[in-house]
Amino acid sequence: MSFIEIRNVWQAYGDHVVLERLKLTVEEGQLCTLVGASGCGKSTFLRLLLGQERPSKGQLLLQGKPFPAEPDASRGVVFQRYSVFPHLTVLDNVTIGLELPRAHLTGRLWGSAKRRAREEAAQMLEKVGLGAAFHQYPSQLSGGMQQRLAIAQALIARPRVLLLDEPFGALDPGIRKDMHALLLELWRESGLTVFMVTHDLYEGFHLGTRLLVFDKVRIDPQAPQAYGARITYDIPLNSDRRQTREAIAALPPHVLDAINPVSQENHDER
Amino acid sequence: MRFINRHPGLGGRLLLALLPLILLALIYGTASTLRLADNPDDRLLPSLPQMADAVVRLGFTEDKRTGEYLLWSDTLASLERLGLGLSIASLAGLALGTAAGVFPLLGASLSPLLAIASMVPPLAILPILFIVFGLDELSKIMLIVIGLTPVLARDLEQRAREIPQEVLIKAQTLGATSWTLVLRVILPQLLARLLVSLRLMLGSAWLFLISAEAISATAGLGYRIFLVRRYMAMDVILPYVVWITLLAWAMDWGLRRLHRYWFPWSEGGRA
Repeated sequence: MSFIEIRNVWQAYGDHVVLERLKLTVEEGQLCTLVGASGCGKSTFLRLLLGQERPSKGQLLLQGKPFPAEPDASRGVVFQRYSVFPHLTVLDNVTIGLELPRAHLTGRLWGSAKRRAREEAAQMLEKVGLGAAFHQYPSQLSGGMQQRLAIAQALIARPRVLLLDEPFGALDPGIRKDMHALLLELWRESGLTVFMVTHDLYEGFHLGTRLLVFDKVRIDPQAPQAYGARITYDIPLNSDRRQTREAIAALPPHVLDAINPVSQENHDER
Repeated sequence: MRFINRHPGLGGRLLLALLPLILLALIYGTASTLRLADNPDDRLLPSLPQMADAVVRLGFTEDKRTGEYLLWSDTLASLERLGLGLSIASLAGLALGTAAGVFPLLGASLSPLLAIASMVPPLAILPILFIVFGLDELSKIMLIVIGLTPVLARDLEQRAREIPQEVLIKAQTLGATSWTLVLRVILPQLLARLLVSLRLMLGSAWLFLISAEAISATAGLGYRIFLVRRYMAMDVILPYVVWITLLAWAMDWGLRRLHRYWFPWSEGGRA
């Protein structure tokens, strides 16, 4: 039995078909990167995994059981923006991830339980490099530090699956590279299963152990919304760098162009 | 240099702030002196000493009939009504606004109701309040509550809707229940907004208070003003108006300080 199984999933909003015939199995511990042109359903797929939406047809199974129909602690998430709580300090932003599951009446821990939660949160923050910012509010942090905080917050709840929706999309290239290193390190350590939507093809190839390309196979020029996207390429990555390069070369040019021509040029020198 | 690019200096700013006030005082002083020179018994524009006399008489001498210092007993009565009204309206507005803004099932019923309720002119139902709640304190407090609650609730409902969906989902992935989500994520953010809304609603609150006191009361700042109007006692009315303005300004200032102290995050401040 696979860790995650997607069984013939369709997602449509009225007449607008976004995803069609999605079939996929993912083993535990994989880092899947999701790429594709804008509006081809990557984020929709992520929302399905998150439980924010339900598929029109088909099933999503986690260890043979249907995914919970609403967001819960089994799946952590980091969005591009608004991932952290603006009214809590950095330390409280992470501590709350330990308080909420344990205190159903007040949502708070007290006394020694609170102190232990704070210590655990502090360790997590040290790990993501926010050891010096415990008492600041998110609005005082840079974009990169806010995303570090969002990742720490998501990991403290020990989810089975981590979902990342363009988490580094708004960051400077230099900071982005630091964040890649951090994410890979945390992923290796935790053995989490990760799904990451990205517009940056380099990011997709560099980070993933598996690259999923979303694209429309059928296009009706009279009714552009009649057909949805599927996973057209499913490329195993980073078990061997050479294999990766061959896989890139095998992609037809229109897919490359559709995904992200600019970032492709930017990263050629590597 | 263009007019739009010219800025006052520190001293200039103070001078320009005081200038209109000084001008108003000058105009009033001149008009008052001229009228009093014409007719020493004129009551329309009392002089500064006359007003000072009135303040001493009401604020620092015992009233012969009741043995109270009228200015202070009036102030106390009004502030008590205002404080109770504002507190109840805040709690009710916060509860209704949160329920309507966060939970779609509750919002489906509450939103249209609040939209209608906020359109009812509160003063138009004041007679109903007097009939239902009697002529005592309760009807005056209820006027403030009924006047403010729907507006506060609608504002907070809107603010609750503006909290990004991402934040709500994040809290759920951290294991929040509906209740703890409201308690730890929504309410702290809405409380910050409540203080801002209250500042904006202070003017309406005073309006409702003074209206109710004018019609039926035995003490209160509004009651006094409308009582002495019968004798054209402008020497009492004008200081009372200044005093009410001062109180309203102090409340506004206090709420602003409270906001800065309790919610430094909403102003980009430090912990």
